[in-house]
Amino acid sequence: MKKLALILCVFAGGILLINAHYLPMWGDPESPASAHLSPFFIENAYAHTNAPNMVAVVLADYRSYDTMFEAAVVLAAGLACFFLLRSRGKGRKGGPHYYRHIPTGATIRIDEKGKLPREDSKAFRPIDALWTPYDPIIRTTCRCLIPFLQIYSLYVLAHGHYSPGGGFQAGVVLGATIILLAISHNLKTSIQRMSERTAALWSIIGVAIFAGTGLICLLLGMDYLNYEILAPFLLSDAVMARSHSILIVEIGVTMAVMAVMVWIYYNLSSAGQQDEGL
Amino acid sequence: MDAVAYFVGKYNYWGCIFLFFLGMYAMISKTNLVKKIIGLFIFQTSIILFFISASFKHDATLPILMEESKGAIDPVMYLNPLPHVLMLTAIVVAVATLGVALTLTVKVYRIYGTLEEDEINRVIQSH
Amino acid sequence: MITLDIIVFTLIIFCAIGALTVKDLMAAAIVTSAYSFLICLLLAVMGAVDVAFTEATVGAGVSTVFFVATVFQTTRRTKD
Repeated sequence: MKKLALILCVFAGGILLINAHYLPMWGDPESPASAHLSPFFIENAYAHTNAPNMVAVVLADYRSYDTMFEAAVVLAAGLACFFLLRSRGKGRKGGPHYYRHIPTGATIRIDEKGKLPREDSKAFRPIDALWTPYDPIIRTTCRCLIPFLQIYSLYVLAHGHYSPGGGFQAGVVLGATIILLAISHNLKTSIQRMSERTAALWSIIGVAIFAGTGLICLLLGMDYLNYEILAPFLLSDAVMARSHSILIVEIGVTMAVMAVMVWIYYNLSSAGQQDEGL
Repeated sequence: MDAVAYFVGKYNYWGCIFLFFLGMYAMISKTNLVKKIIGLFIFQTSIILFFISASFKHDATLPILMEESKGAIDPVMYLNPLPHVLMLTAIVVAVATLGVALTLTVKVYRIYGTLEEDEINRVIQSH
Repeated sequence: MITLDIIVFTLIIFCAIGALTVKDLMAAAIVTSAYSFLICLLLAVMGAVDVAFTEATVGAGVSTVFFVATVFQTTRRTKD
């Protein structure tokens, strides 16, 4: 099998290498990729939307169908992970359980047959089987870092018209802060801040904001996702309406991507049980 | 000298083709499922590199409009923004599909107790 | 300019081969993270700053966390 794969790859690679001389030279301004459509985008992006970052304009305005369905694909991936892995069982496996007695700080081990404390008990808190004492340096550093990372992600979202950044990047950074909380503390702390239900709801609301913006345009008598018709609602002219609408749909993308990243992490790191994390 | 200029002028294609077939070879020949997924990841990034190198132009700047040139815009001055957009969305979808692939891996491990393809086949055949 | 590209490209190819040959899946996940980061560097050199930003957050950040979570839930052992 290995030899066959090697022969196949070398053969197909050889064909590609022989035909590589039809490809344009690297950095050629006359290459076909930059000859047909992109001059139109470069020349008209600022005039149409008043946003200097052409990538954001093409992403959320000229090719917004593309971006909308990409957000839907991300949502579908989150749903797929949920349906594949999530198990609603109590998760009470055999073996010992570990509890922390909060007033004294002692760790208690209860064997398989032993009587467990009540679930709503204030004095005992269940802890992971692989529990290790958390390093105070890591916890404190992450606690200090997370608010700034979240503010930075909002900056990336809001400044996407003028600098690199936008909905996808902001969403991933925002999701990464919650994953960082789950890694530095534990999964339960993170789920208390943002439950699975919230994550599912946010991802659906995010895609719905994007699709709903397009639907409003359609109901008002314009093409789907043609933002110019929204000008009276956004209290601006047609050009600024497109600029503001880019921000609105990018907020939707941010919510969807952020929630789906967190959702996949919750299911993957606990194998669907959501009791003991990484 | 001409041959050297030819090789250096298209170095990105050689790199992309190498990474492409490295990923493909790993996907076919490796038996461990996580290694297969790493091969898939290399496959995806090679295609991203190919598209981005198609958007490059010599003596051009980033696709963010400069303050002084808002009046008359020369398309030769700016990089092609279209492949950037396509690949930006492709990366995020790649990580979403990576999550699904790894979820399936965890599921397979829970059922068969191994990640090696040949051992999984043996378990299936013995039933 | 072009020499920097070629140096980074060589490192990328070494990282890709390393990620596929190393015998420990946790190490493979970390080498994949390094590979992603070098790809991000190359994209930034090529002027695709938005894509480089996405690759840095997604490829080197979140996908590594996913790999590590999977390896943590399954096994580090591999035959190849």
